[in-house]
Amino acid sequence: MKLLWFHLMPYTRLPEDFRERHNSVWVDIDRRLFDPAVAHRLYNEFMDELEFAAAVGFDGICVNEHHANGYGLMPSPNLIAAALARRTSDAMLCVLGNSLALYNPPTRVAEEMAMIDCISGGRLIAGFPVGTPMDTCYAYGQNPSMLRARYLEAHDLIVEAWTRPETFAFNGRFNQLRYVNIWPHPLQKPRPPIWIPGGGSVETWQWCAKMDYVYCYLSYFGYKAGRETMMGFWREMERLGKDRNPYRAGFLQFVGVAESREEALRLYKEPAEYFYGRCLHVDSRYVNPPGYNSEATQRAKVTSQVALASQRAATFGGGATWDEILAKGFVIIGSPDEVAEQLKTVATDLNVGHLMLLLQFGNMSRELAGYNTKLFAERVMPQMSPLFDDAWENRWWPKPLPKPARVAPQPVETREAAE
Amino acid sequence: MSAPAERQVEVNGLPCRVWEKGSGSPVFYLAGLAGLPRWTPFLDRLAERHRVVAPSIPGFPGATGHDRLDQPLDWVAAVLDLLEGAGLAGGDLIGASIGGALAAEAAAMAPGLVRRLVLIAPFGLYDKSVPPTDLWGQKPGSWPTLLSVRPEAYKELVAAPEGVAEAEWSIIMTRAAETAARLLWPLADTRLARRLHRIRCPTLVLWGAEDKVLAPAYAERFAAGIAGKCTIRIVANAGHLADLDAPGAVAEAVFEALG
Repeated sequence: MKLLWFHLMPYTRLPEDFRERHNSVWVDIDRRLFDPAVAHRLYNEFMDELEFAAAVGFDGICVNEHHANGYGLMPSPNLIAAALARRTSDAMLCVLGNSLALYNPPTRVAEEMAMIDCISGGRLIAGFPVGTPMDTCYAYGQNPSMLRARYLEAHDLIVEAWTRPETFAFNGRFNQLRYVNIWPHPLQKPRPPIWIPGGGSVETWQWCAKMDYVYCYLSYFGYKAGRETMMGFWREMERLGKDRNPYRAGFLQFVGVAESREEALRLYKEPAEYFYGRCLHVDSRYVNPPGYNSEATQRAKVTSQVALASQRAATFGGGATWDEILAKGFVIIGSPDEVAEQLKTVATDLNVGHLMLLLQFGNMSRELAGYNTKLFAERVMPQMSPLFDDAWENRWWPKPLPKPARVAPQPVETREAAE
Repeated sequence: MSAPAERQVEVNGLPCRVWEKGSGSPVFYLAGLAGLPRWTPFLDRLAERHRVVAPSIPGFPGATGHDRLDQPLDWVAAVLDLLEGAGLAGGDLIGASIGGALAAEAAAMAPGLVRRLVLIAPFGLYDKSVPPTDLWGQKPGSWPTLLSVRPEAYKELVAAPEGVAEAEWSIIMTRAAETAARLLWPLADTRLARRLHRIRCPTLVLWGAEDKVLAPAYAERFAAGIAGKCTIRIVANAGHLADLDAPGAVAEAVFEALG
């Protein structure tokens, strides 16, 4: 199976009384809480962490897109991915933004992702989320009633821009372009693999099946809550006559590894409570604009991921306690063997071939994130990696240039050397 | 309250419900935010003196097709199709809230269609000193008190009618909210200001004094922009849905304007 290291890039200095004093971590989060000097440090540390994960052998590193969000400092995942493309050599670059309806024209996404694919030698995974209501409808002012139609049209335009051999005109409902001819093109042919991060909508599952895309369920609430969604996904695949290839699916899980369960309990309590308390403090005003969920989804009674988050947050009142976080499986902790055992169960039970791991979460320090990442890579990963590989082909993994054909960044010559 | 007669007109190939009741000179009514989930006491009062015709805007209860309306011109064309199809031809037109914004568009873009216009707290303008309240940035369940000084009356208005399953009704009401959002997102500025001067018919602009969505000060902006003779009436003890909150007072004001 494939193990990917996922960073949300949370702002780590939200005050202790954030839930009491502030109404939301998202959309109208208090500007005064942001210190650019802190962000300077965080961005550099977070990119160090992603680069470290690549160096210790994770199959891929993931970035994503959020706007006006105190737990996601990546309005532009492409900027981070571009920097990572230069500082990593083997890990795949899994860009689980861009929210396609936000870009005008969407050819911008086709261009930037093609650039990342070229710079990285074909290591890009192109993630196309619709985006949460907070990001798209509130922070970016998109009309919830048109969001999905815009998203689908942008997708069509981007895929055509990547794959059609000639300059063409695109006369869409929302986009009219006389000349579409992106330059550069992606290195991977016919195009980079496309992964769709989604909530639990049946239409998204059907679309992924039809287009042969990977469906990623990025839940903050762990495998117990995610189980029902993934079971629904596989039932739908079966109904549509698709095989149970686990590489059709991706799943996100928070993990904390230590030498022992006792040590893990001690180390990961604070960052977990920081995330589930302060970071998920989303105002219910911003989670469910009318039209965001299609009528078919309403009929299927599927609640969107964010609405679920807000409901759960509301249920917790003061935010989830450490005991709840553990009991409900939001975060899996333990010794390397204990974690591997649980994650193997998650992977086989949910039948997911792409496991995305949040090994930095909340206000976790770089040191602890490094410890968690290293222990995982050295002692959990070897137990996990062989899963599924004997039985299934992963048709959704990037196909980079062969290693010898890839160009490594040259160190800048020192003045002395130049002289 | 006896039930209105029902017929359909087509807009963009989809049926839209038209309710009708009473006799006398015709008065057309375009409903506000939730559309017209049921016939109202205000319309009953009007029907004592007029033939009241209430066509449903695509997306509001009784009509679908909001998802075909992308541009302002699509909305204007749909509303003209709806009003003409329902038989408005030089008659009087009342529009409330969202229906007010669209009634104003119809009067501006097809001047011969409307004889006299009544706008009840219409959307369409944007004053940055008193911006419209963000209808969709509200805590769940807060619309009744936001829209009406009689929240119980609003809840009754939007409750599932007899014989309609709760689940299906919830989808219909969400669709109505989506329809409003589709036209007004994100700032409720439909750029009506650019067309207001084309309204040349006599117009009554009526506002609930307690409107928490659009400040009554908007009445003056409408009056200043409309070319026809314009009268302003502020109705006491009424919120944004003034004809729901004060059906008697609003009906009296309409009778004064339309006879």
